Amino acid sequence: MSDYTISIRPFGQHAILIEWPNRVEEAILEDILQFKAYLSAKYLFPEKWEIIASYNSLTLVERNFPIHFNVLKFNLNKWYAERNLIKVTRESYLWRLPVCYDKEFAIDIEEVANKLNTTVEEVILMHTKKSYTIYGIGFLPGFMYLGGLSASLEINRRESPRLKVIKGSVGIAGKQTGIYPQESPGGWNIIGNCPVTMFNPDVDKPVFVSVGDKVEFFAIEKAEYDLCVIENEAGVYTIQKNKINA
Amino acid sequence: MLKVLKQGFFTTLQDQGRFGYKDKGVPVSGSMDTYSTKVINALLENNISAPVIEITMTGPTLEFTADSYICIGGAEFLVTLNTSPISLYKVYKVKSGDVLSYAKLNKGLRAYLAIKGGFKSNMVLNSASFYFPITNKRCFKNSDEIGYVECKDFNPKISHLKINSLLNTNVLEVAKGPEYNLLNKNQIKGLFTTLFSVSNQYDRMAYQLQETIEGLSYSMLTSATLPGTIQLTPSGKLIILMKDGQTTGGYPRVLQLTDKAISVLAQKKFGDNVILKLL
Repeated sequence: MSDYTISIRPFGQHAILIEWPNRVEEAILEDILQFKAYLSAKYLFPEKWEIIASYNSLTLVERNFPIHFNVLKFNLNKWYAERNLIKVTRESYLWRLPVCYDKEFAIDIEEVANKLNTTVEEVILMHTKKSYTIYGIGFLPGFMYLGGLSASLEINRRESPRLKVIKGSVGIAGKQTGIYPQESPGGWNIIGNCPVTMFNPDVDKPVFVSVGDKVEFFAIEKAEYDLCVIENEAGVYTIQKNKINA
Repeated sequence: MLKVLKQGFFTTLQDQGRFGYKDKGVPVSGSMDTYSTKVINALLENNISAPVIEITMTGPTLEFTADSYICIGGAEFLVTLNTSPISLYKVYKVKSGDVLSYAKLNKGLRAYLAIKGGFKSNMVLNSASFYFPITNKRCFKNSDEIGYVECKDFNPKISHLKINSLLNTNVLEVAKGPEYNLLNKNQIKGLFTTLFSVSNQYDRMAYQLQETIEGLSYSMLTSATLPGTIQLTPSGKLIILMKDGQTTGGYPRVLQLTDKAISVLAQKKFGDNVILKLL
């Protein structure tokens, strides 16, 4: 694995930021996640440390005590240099999520198709044929920042955001696509709805996806959507997933 | 049980918040003014993470249905237990049938009520802190009931504490944030010489300051944010994230409040002045 130039900077009394080059790149994300796995297995245990990976950065947050920046920076540089000496295995998954592109949910899909000089069918096809990488989780609990949108689906966010976008709405904006895990204000163009609950606070793992996982969408009809909603609420819906080699 | 006779403006249960879920986008939540809540829990000899009631702007009226001991802290309201006014940071015995009423707010914004043993609530992701929709409730409503365990006898080691109140300061101590080095001289001067005031955009998620400084256009990739992170927008607005703030953001994180400064800011409301002081 190649070495990147990392920059380590202070982030208040309890946190420190490690930054990789300012690019959206799978190899960078992979290096970040491998280093995260190494740190939490060997040095910065989860009871005391939270490690948040996003695009080109890791943020390390200490739970209770102030950190000593210079000491930690010195150690992090040392640990980064040695990180490949011991292989820490990291599991990641490809998740296949159903999306209903029915007009009932896809309130912007015709406008999107018009603006992109294409058809609704083509928009659905382009959205479902790609595999997306989760570069970050934030904004809302369980909201995935998905990279890898087809260049032909790139479109600006709506001029004025909606005050209310319903739970499960699937949107596109710029180079990104994503699912609103709860009702929220939002400025993305809504092209469908995913009936799978992306955030469930009542279980041990409230969010089943992790940064570095991949997501694919497949189209379902309204009837299948309704069934999926019921299965989801009853807790019997099985999400399609495959382990991918990290 | 504590019966909510009048709910007040925004009355919630808070503890030290949720730890370990930031990478799933879950805000920390928890008491906004941890300085005050630590003191009242300490006086009652409670665990540091015992849930307390956070009261905002307009306080509630509450009735106790079992004996216990209470302590109030944070903002200065006129608070009466039955008909007698009570003081901050002092342990009081309450009996079944006693009524605690919050009247006029004199100073600060958020008040806290702790009870011996802590208030009981469903723990969601290891915390009792309200944060909708992670918790079913956004805030307490009239006729809600809040659990606690009866306590007939308690002799506090210290029954009244004179504390150095944070309500009288408007200085927010800050450290440099990760993108501090992108600032030019004019922006740095703006940050540390402006008398800022809290805009009308302020809540548990974020405080936006009224005065602007020279903006900063910098295209950064989405990265983690924390309670106390000060973001500078391209138009020069300063947004200070608080306990319910989102866990990631795309604006440069120019400064970071200390824990104490978060407690200081938690007591400010629309129009109140603050100044930033680099540690």
